[in-house]
Amino acid sequence: MIHSLFLINNAGDLFLEKHWKSVISRSICDYFFEAREKAVEPDNVPPVIRSPHHYLINIYREKIFFVSVIQTEVPPLFVIEFLHRVAETFQDYFGECSETTIKDNVVIVYELLEEMLDNGFPLATESNILKELIRPPTILRSMVNTITGSSNVGETLPTGQLSSIPWRRAGVKYTNNEAYFDVVEEIDAILDKSGTTVFAEIQGVIDACVKLSGMPDLSLSFMNPRLLDDVSFHPCVRYKRWESERVISFIPPDGNFQLMSYHISAQNLVAIPIYVKQNISFFETGSSGRLDITVGPKQTMGKTVECLVVTVHMPKVVLSANLNATQGTYNYDPVTKILLWDIGKLNPQKLPNLKGSLSLQSGAPKPEESPSLNIDLKIQQLAISGLKVNRLDMYGEKYKPFKGVKYVTKAGKFQVRT
Amino acid sequence: MTDSKYFTTTKKGEIFELKAELNSDKKEKKKEAVKKVIASMTVGKDVSALFPDVVNCMQTDNLELKKLVYLYLMNYAKSQPDMAIMAVNTFVKDCEDLNPLIRALAVRTMGCIRVDKITEYLCEPLRKCLKDEDPYVRKTAAVCVAKLHDINAQLVEDQGFLDTLKDLISDSNPMVVANAVAALSEIAESHPNSNLLDLNPQTINKLLTALNECTEWGQIFILDCLASYLPRDDRESQSICERVTPRLSHANSAVVLSAVKVLMKFMEMLPKDLDYYGTLLKKLAPPLVTLLSAEPELQYVALRNINLIVQKRPEILKHEMKVFFVKYNDPIYVKLEKLDIMIRLASQANIAQVLAELKEYATEVDVDFVRKAVRAIGRCAIKVEQSAERCVSTLLDLIQTKVNYVVQEAIVVIKDIFRKYPNKYESVIATLCENLDSLDEPEARAAMIWIVGEYAERIDNADELLESFLEGFHDESTQVQLQLLTAIVKLFLKKPTETQELVQQVLSLATQDSDNPDLRDRGYIYWRLLSTDPVAAKEVVLAEKPLISEETDLIEPTLLEELICHIGTLASVYHKPPSAFVEGSRGVQHKRLPPRAGSGESTESPDVGQSGPSEAPPAVIPSQGDLLGDLLNLDLAPPTATVPSVQPSMQMGAMDLLGGGLDSLLGGDIGGSPSMGAGLGAAPAAMPASLGGAPAVGGGLGDLFDLGGGVGMPTGSYVAPKTVWLLAMKAKGLEISGTFARRGGIIQMDLSLTNKAMSVMTDFAIQFNRNSFGLAPAGPLQVLTPLSPNQTIDVSLPLSTSGPVMKMEPLNNLQVAVKNNIDVFYFSCQYPLSLLFVEDGKMDRQVFLATWKDIPNDNEAQFQIKDIHLNSDVASNKLQGSNIFTIAKRTVEGQDMLYQSVKLTNGIWVLAEMRIQTGNPNYTWMCWRRPHVRECVSQNDSPVIS
Repeated sequence: MIHSLFLINNAGDLFLEKHWKSVISRSICDYFFEAREKAVEPDNVPPVIRSPHHYLINIYREKIFFVSVIQTEVPPLFVIEFLHRVAETFQDYFGECSETTIKDNVVIVYELLEEMLDNGFPLATESNILKELIRPPTILRSMVNTITGSSNVGETLPTGQLSSIPWRRAGVKYTNNEAYFDVVEEIDAILDKSGTTVFAEIQGVIDACVKLSGMPDLSLSFMNPRLLDDVSFHPCVRYKRWESERVISFIPPDGNFQLMSYHISAQNLVAIPIYVKQNISFFETGSSGRLDITVGPKQTMGKTVECLVVTVHMPKVVLSANLNATQGTYNYDPVTKILLWDIGKLNPQKLPNLKGSLSLQSGAPKPEESPSLNIDLKIQQLAISGLKVNRLDMYGEKYKPFKGVKYVTKAGKFQVRT
Repeated sequence: MTDSKYFTTTKKGEIFELKAELNSDKKEKKKEAVKKVIASMTVGKDVSALFPDVVNCMQTDNLELKKLVYLYLMNYAKSQPDMAIMAVNTFVKDCEDLNPLIRALAVRTMGCIRVDKITEYLCEPLRKCLKDEDPYVRKTAAVCVAKLHDINAQLVEDQGFLDTLKDLISDSNPMVVANAVAALSEIAESHPNSNLLDLNPQTINKLLTALNECTEWGQIFILDCLASYLPRDDRESQSICERVTPRLSHANSAVVLSAVKVLMKFMEMLPKDLDYYGTLLKKLAPPLVTLLSAEPELQYVALRNINLIVQKRPEILKHEMKVFFVKYNDPIYVKLEKLDIMIRLASQANIAQVLAELKEYATEVDVDFVRKAVRAIGRCAIKVEQSAERCVSTLLDLIQTKVNYVVQEAIVVIKDIFRKYPNKYESVIATLCENLDSLDEPEARAAMIWIVGEYAERIDNADELLESFLEGFHDESTQVQLQLLTAIVKLFLKKPTETQELVQQVLSLATQDSDNPDLRDRGYIYWRLLSTDPVAAKEVVLAEKPLISEETDLIEPTLLEELICHIGTLASVYHKPPSAFVEGSRGVQHKRLPPRAGSGESTESPDVGQSGPSEAPPAVIPSQGDLLGDLLNLDLAPPTATVPSVQPSMQMGAMDLLGGGLDSLLGGDIGGSPSMGAGLGAAPAAMPASLGGAPAVGGGLGDLFDLGGGVGMPTGSYVAPKTVWLLAMKAKGLEISGTFARRGGIIQMDLSLTNKAMSVMTDFAIQFNRNSFGLAPAGPLQVLTPLSPNQTIDVSLPLSTSGPVMKMEPLNNLQVAVKNNIDVFYFSCQYPLSLLFVEDGKMDRQVFLATWKDIPNDNEAQFQIKDIHLNSDVASNKLQGSNIFTIAKRTVEGQDMLYQSVKLTNGIWVLAEMRIQTGNPNYTWMCWRRPHVRECVSQNDSPVIS
């Protein structure tokens, strides 16, 4: 099982270590540093690294490497999932997961890690159980604690820990009972030079924020549940009901959580909201090139495309760009070689265009690789797959909650080849 | 007001200051001080000097302070064992506390203190906690047993904790069950044969119930445990599958993958025509695809596993090609994996799409990725014949880009395409030759030289081209040197008139000016071949080359099966057998996929996988690199029998060369042709003796009778003594002798490996060629320690009969390749057919009678065994030990007639009648159906009786 955890920042400083079994010397991280150096980019560090007697499994989140050490055969996904959970818990407790916040709360971090894992076996990873065991820091509480000498460690056994619904604590009370759901869809797509879709799919999630008193039993139904054939649920969802009735029935955790995620890969269901006309070319001589990009709406279902951003990864030899944007602003970073064009709202009447010349390192040959465009966008009040929530019912409690559903579509890994 | 303040004290007397604070009367100050100590600990500062002071703070009713002290204790108790005893009392007291949280905390912490003296005190509290009324305490205690076992295994067994742990599997609380399973699995890892997790339908049922209710982590433990269970029949297997499938929709990807493992394994047992089988296949695709939309680290592990799954069951993902298309922002490790799977899924139906993608990737920035993409195009050409032409033209386009590394990769793969489709695409040679100068990598240079040599007759200036390489001969890498040598010899054989000078030049460079023994040896062989028998030289050097296999990196089927049983583990990420991941002496049981229902015999498994390429015969040739005209390996490996045009006598000759000739050659004056002749002459005398010794069967009868008389073998089948299969001088110092045995229904190959070289040998592996009865290693060759010079190790390799089948001549011939860190060696041996006689070979009397009558006369063979002095009962008993069963006996005219049946692993029955006259038993053999089995049986049976 998981033996030790090291936290390492982007500069390669090891700033926290935690051992669940015997202590392993931090020199084990040399194998990690070696791999880190070889990978150049932090994103490219391989997740599983082998050393003569141990395996290092790591994830990279918020500019921190979470490096875990294991000694015996353990499912790597188990370790990676757990590390993600650690990162999420820090985020949840401290508002952000960064080196500064971790250092600022090192004792809580240590207490948390101790609660989450026992001898390498996960113990309590549900946020609401942890919060009962170790209260998150707030300014008010730390003030009170210093004055009264009380602690932020819970003294009693968390109620949810052993019930059959470990994700919810008992005795939740709210004056305003509310349940909000966000249907968020991301379009992953690859379009080729001519604008034809090479590949497209939708990754959807339903995020929930449920603040309801007592033990509410909710069921959520869709207008068109047939869209969903590939789904993953939060453990609270009763799978049998979904299989037989296509209704999501569950006793919700308290607060924010991800109710489900789904995946729509049928190409005909994935609408591509915009088109991109582009022409990026480099001349054989003269160390220069031309760039011309136009973006226009395609299948937007009558909604406005917002927060439109085009990112171009230029070849290394491109020194600068002298362009003219009809809408929005552009910026070329000669260090990272990234051209960023922030367009904003897409106006169907007047299509935004970016045009001009690129100057190349003098004497350098014409670049071989073709740059690739990445698109970011957002469409409010629309789930691009057409998924619609039909109704939300609550059983088991008497009060009337406020309910709400929001839809939003974003671009995920949306790439246009040139 | 943050914790970072704890880091700020760096004055001289830091420890001193903390000590004073720890001993303060004020609770608040104490707590702050402990926090400071913990903070120092987290960043790796040594604060062990404060041990007694911190332990003094343990007696407190403040839970936070207690926890902090416990944290400290766990870290430092080991370095201060005597001091740690001070804490024991508090622990024991805390284990009786009214608050379950404190009880659990105490037992948990105690288990983490790895001090022998403390563990003695731990037993009593632990026993109580295992039976605690509160499930939270019980589940914590379950894990504590695993901790204790890690520290002192004997103690845990003596105290009977293992039984208590087993009882917890039936606990009413699912969380307790999950932790008990997790603890038992961890303990079982260090006791491979202890049968700790004794799974039966009742416990399975309990686990399945707990599965629905426990936490995600518990589900992983339970699923992994389920995967090691072998259902009794297909119905049980189906019902387990049905209850596991909902896990595929879990948000935790580790749960999903563990569920996939269980399903992939149990699916093996379901009959293929079952509707449910098809449903299950369909259900597996979406969760696998979903894993690919997760974070890149998860994707990576998922992709490594999918790679295995598509090799085993390509039908699951065959329509999902597009999800493996590479995205611009994918990390490089994901890109490379996706590419690999794309090629595995490539088929005629989607090849156009795949090629378009690959061409796109070839213009990306990342050099490694581009190279692999170019290589992938070549692999597509070899895999999908219809696409070959398009692939070649794509490669030509890429060569036109003149990007250096793209060109080099393209040339390497085009060489393979030439190999696969001879006389088809040679028109592109001219284009390739244009790029000769830009090649600076050894592999590409070697490939280009191979092409020039192979097609020397079509390239006008082949001699000039090769001559240009020759100028810097000594600066080239060995690969290129060897290739250049071979290519020039080829050229000489094709155009002898103009290239005499060139060939002399290269031979003298290789033999006289080189320090590399491989190069020198090859040079001498060519030299001698050319000078003694140019016709033979032509036959050897220009021999027809064996076909290259379609996919070079397919995982060997037995390993694949084992890896499928280990989906989701490190083994599956590294594609290596799990035994490679276990530290030290701990062994691992080899897991095999269960046999399919209805087949009954394991022999059917070759048919099972026919649907997919996973059953494609393992490449006869170890790797592509060796292939490339590596004459030494090819010609000197008679067992592979892949060089059809070379006569057996030729092979013998080639072997002799190496065996005796070269040695004397190298010892004596080098390069003189007279001594060469001497070497040649001397060699054959030595060789036949060693060769003749190899087949155990050939020489068999006489020797074996002698032996059999002395060694009474009441039970178990006959085991021949070990004979030498591989001579040290032929295998760079590795000598292998061995024999075959059948023990408890398992076929085993007993090998003695002897290192007669000067250096240590490691990394042993073994592979069989296809053979008549599908014998294949059931696991990897377990040579755990490196073999030092003059050391001999005995290993037993279990064999299965589920390997690919090909008729051999003689029938019981087995061709084996053994690899170590030095090289790959080939030898062949013959196994006694009695090895294949299965335990359930007793035929029903009625069936026997009916079958006996049906046997056509020409399937009958007679065989005499002489000089045996046994009566019929003793003979019958002895034969039964070797799974030859006596069905009936009658006495006619003073002769005992025994009617016997034998069943082979592939389901063939052999029926026999044995006549025994005192002093001269006469065997009449009759065989059912397969005439060629008969001869072998008769040969083999005699040792068995004696």
